[in-house]
Amino acid sequence: MSEILFTDERVVRAISLIWSEAKLLDDKNYPEWQELFTDDGIYVVPIDPETEDFASSLNMVYDDKRMREMRVERMMQGFSPSAVAAARTVRTVSRFTVESVSDSEVTLKSAQILSAYKRNHFDTLGAELTHTIVLDEGGDRIKLKVVRLINSEEAVTASGYLL
Amino acid sequence: METADAARHADLAGTDRVAGRLYTDPELFDLEMEKIFYKSWVWVAHESEIPEAGSFKTMQIGKQPVIVVRDRKGNFNTLLNRCRHRGATVCDVSKGKANGFTCPYHNWSYALDGRLRGIPYPEGYEDVVEKADFPLRKLRTESHLGMIFATFNEDAEPLEDFLGDAKIWMERFFKQTNGYAPKVIGVHKFRFRGNWKIQLENTTDGYHFPMVHKSWMASVDAETADMMSFMNDPEAVTHALGNGHSVAIMAKAHMDLDEDDGTEEIQPRFQHLVDAMQGEYSDAEIRRIMRSMHGCGFNLNLFPNIGMSSAFFRVLIPISVDETEIWHMAIGMDGGPEIVNQERLRIHEHFQGPFGFGSPDDAEGWDRVQQGAHADPEMPILVNRGLNREVTSPEGWPTSHVTDETGMREAYAQWKKMMAADEKGDA
Repeated sequence: MSEILFTDERVVRAISLIWSEAKLLDDKNYPEWQELFTDDGIYVVPIDPETEDFASSLNMVYDDKRMREMRVERMMQGFSPSAVAAARTVRTVSRFTVESVSDSEVTLKSAQILSAYKRNHFDTLGAELTHTIVLDEGGDRIKLKVVRLINSEEAVTASGYLL
Repeated sequence: METADAARHADLAGTDRVAGRLYTDPELFDLEMEKIFYKSWVWVAHESEIPEAGSFKTMQIGKQPVIVVRDRKGNFNTLLNRCRHRGATVCDVSKGKANGFTCPYHNWSYALDGRLRGIPYPEGYEDVVEKADFPLRKLRTESHLGMIFATFNEDAEPLEDFLGDAKIWMERFFKQTNGYAPKVIGVHKFRFRGNWKIQLENTTDGYHFPMVHKSWMASVDAETADMMSFMNDPEAVTHALGNGHSVAIMAKAHMDLDEDDGTEEIQPRFQHLVDAMQGEYSDAEIRRIMRSMHGCGFNLNLFPNIGMSSAFFRVLIPISVDETEIWHMAIGMDGGPEIVNQERLRIHEHFQGPFGFGSPDDAEGWDRVQQGAHADPEMPILVNRGLNREVTSPEGWPTSHVTDETGMREAYAQWKKMMAADEKGDA
């Protein structure tokens, strides 16, 4: 379906949202970031590279609205030493493929490369992303975001930022 | 190592303070591998990780790669992950199930108990290699309550003697699975840029909790926060158990989950679990399971590399003098209510792992220790908190408040003893 990538307005809207999201995360603008999710939206960073049954598996992140709000509060409130001393990040999201598209919903996969810098040290994290975006006149929103780190089953080090 | 050198190295640890160099000196790190990790019993697996014949996991003891595998007779074997021919690892995955291990280089193949089974094109080895002489090297391996340990040291005391009084607490720890077999249900792995002993200390450090974990405390319900408010609770104590082991009791009411005076109210946040279990489980079973949601109420720190920490295992793997890998292994009830196991996963995710609300803040503190310890490496790290109020318990355990550093002093006493030992391991 990749031939429809840049000719289908619905797909362009979804990519546009994903790029906006990436910028908000690099800016650590978490209050605005969480507004991108639907009320039933799920944000998950699984460990098991195969699973779709996130509830039955241990994940690194498995946030519904309530957990996401608490996470954002934690990142912003100044009590968390790792959030206060967070690494700076830049990320690129590209290599989009279209999984499904309708007038109300678009699911895209993409590749994300993130570089994080803290205390004279760079970390690179590679991940495959899946976004399900709900298209709505009142604003497009993320219904599901899955971040599959390519090293999810081994040691993952990430300091004070979100994927 | 000359005896005088051994004494000099051991002298870096006093009874209530240790030189900062213990975190930063690469030479000391190499000695620790030799004198501690290749002499002591080292935890390698929980039996639920290798449930069937052929189930295996790969692991490190010190810097050496090993395979822990259950063979067809049901024995646990710890095998050096190194082909006897030219040294390649014979297993390259972190876990799985196999009939044996075959080296990728020249396809020497080994059985689950390490026996060398096959050599391709064997005519070059006639009268040269007897297969019986070249098994994978097998380490002494013993287990207690499903916790599997291995040692390079053929002269080491039996595992049960090494664990000593810690065995009482291991038994109490596993009461949180309420009669179901304990099962590892997920693992978080991360690394921090600091020495392994910084993490060893942390498992028995009640003092840091309300400061470092303020953001976690702010995010949980009042009952959970209250359960962790041990700072001013005189019943919250740390016992030194000998051989470097210690136990830090945060919530005495959960220290022995068999004991229930009936006064504890089940946390309202878990009402949906109670509702879901009703009908299938008795009220007594439900109450018992609910009281164990947060684990056992204490952190048991086993020298040198495993913590049985409230509701999970904390595994410590030294990578280099200034890098350490940590595994946090979530524990569930094998065959127990799935909805409860899932809730335990959610509780684990909330605190642990690289994106938990707790672990990253611990790691930030540890990174800072490693950086700071380079400033005057002879200047002491203090582990003297609570010396003024340390007493001996009726069991004979040095005991002080849970925010005190009794457990760290115990670990460093064992460190000192092992570092001072000569080649035979005699102190």
